Amino acid sequence: MDLPVWQALRSELRPLGLEIVTVALDTRGAEAAGPWIDAAKPEHPSLIDAAHSLDALLGITNVPMGVWIDEDGVLVRPAETAFAPRTRGFGEMKLPDAAPQRLKDMLAEAAKIRVEPDEYAAALRDWVAHGKQSRFALAPDEVVRRSAARPLEASRAAASFELGQHLHRSGHVEAARPFFREAHRLQPDNWTYKREAWSLVDPLQGPTEHYDSDWLADIRRIGAENYYPKLEL
Amino acid sequence: MILDRLDPTEAEVAQATGWTLKPEGACKAEVCVPLQPSARPAPGRVDVRVLAEKLGMALVEDRARGQWALGPESGRRALTTAVLPEISLPDRHGHSFPLGSLRGTKVFMCAWASW
Repeated sequence: MDLPVWQALRSELRPLGLEIVTVALDTRGAEAAGPWIDAAKPEHPSLIDAAHSLDALLGITNVPMGVWIDEDGVLVRPAETAFAPRTRGFGEMKLPDAAPQRLKDMLAEAAKIRVEPDEYAAALRDWVAHGKQSRFALAPDEVVRRSAARPLEASRAAASFELGQHLHRSGHVEAARPFFREAHRLQPDNWTYKREAWSLVDPLQGPTEHYDSDWLADIRRIGAENYYPKLEL
Repeated sequence: MILDRLDPTEAEVAQATGWTLKPEGACKAEVCVPLQPSARPAPGRVDVRVLAEKLGMALVEDRARGQWALGPESGRRALTTAVLPEISLPDRHGHSFPLGSLRGTKVFMCAWASW
């Protein structure tokens, strides 16, 4: 989890005028996200979006993704992959020999995921230092232009996912699944829709009889290097 | 936006979608889209079928339970405007935090998940 890293960056940049807000996209709300938040002891607003409302409002399709908001409440960068300034990448993580083979396979794929933490953090620091003069602060028209394309299928996927979540939270777990499956079909590149639904059945997001795909199969299908789009700073 | 009727109040629509009904039509920040009179079936209420058609919002039905979900506007980009909509979310103790309270400060907002 990136929360401790964001807290460290917040300690560095808060005196320079930046506030960090983290938002957990978790259908199971505080039950799922709360222990991670408690462990990180964040000093910044650490919020929970159980309805995944930011997905539709901002065009978030994976995590971590972030936006930059200026002093007037205007976005200066749209939703994009927000790499935490990690001290180590996925490839440096080690599992015990006795770990399940599936976990080892997942970690092997995760190690191939492209991450660009230094570039992203450097851009953020530049914006904090230079504000509107930063070359990373975009004009409003450019922010809108760079936000994700939204065809009608994406709107239908969002509505299907929201209905699925609503049903799940209301205890209609079986009734929720066709709506989750429909969201996956309509917007297959939305990882938040898929990973959330998979994890509600299996924390390892493995294959089940309820869904046509799983994390390992999907990332192998697209190629791990394409899991996050290349940063366009 | 989850609906148990197809004519929610204007306030409910505004809070969930960021679109407010004004005399000139449905508006979000500086963008306004004209609406026909049938969009307002009663004072203070919105016919979401008309709104959905005009703004390209999907309306998905759960017939078994008599409820719907209204998707976001479509046809262009995820953002209609660079102005951040009003967003208020709870912390882990359930206390609501309005992002608007951070006006005057640069903000980096990052989405993550436990899964």
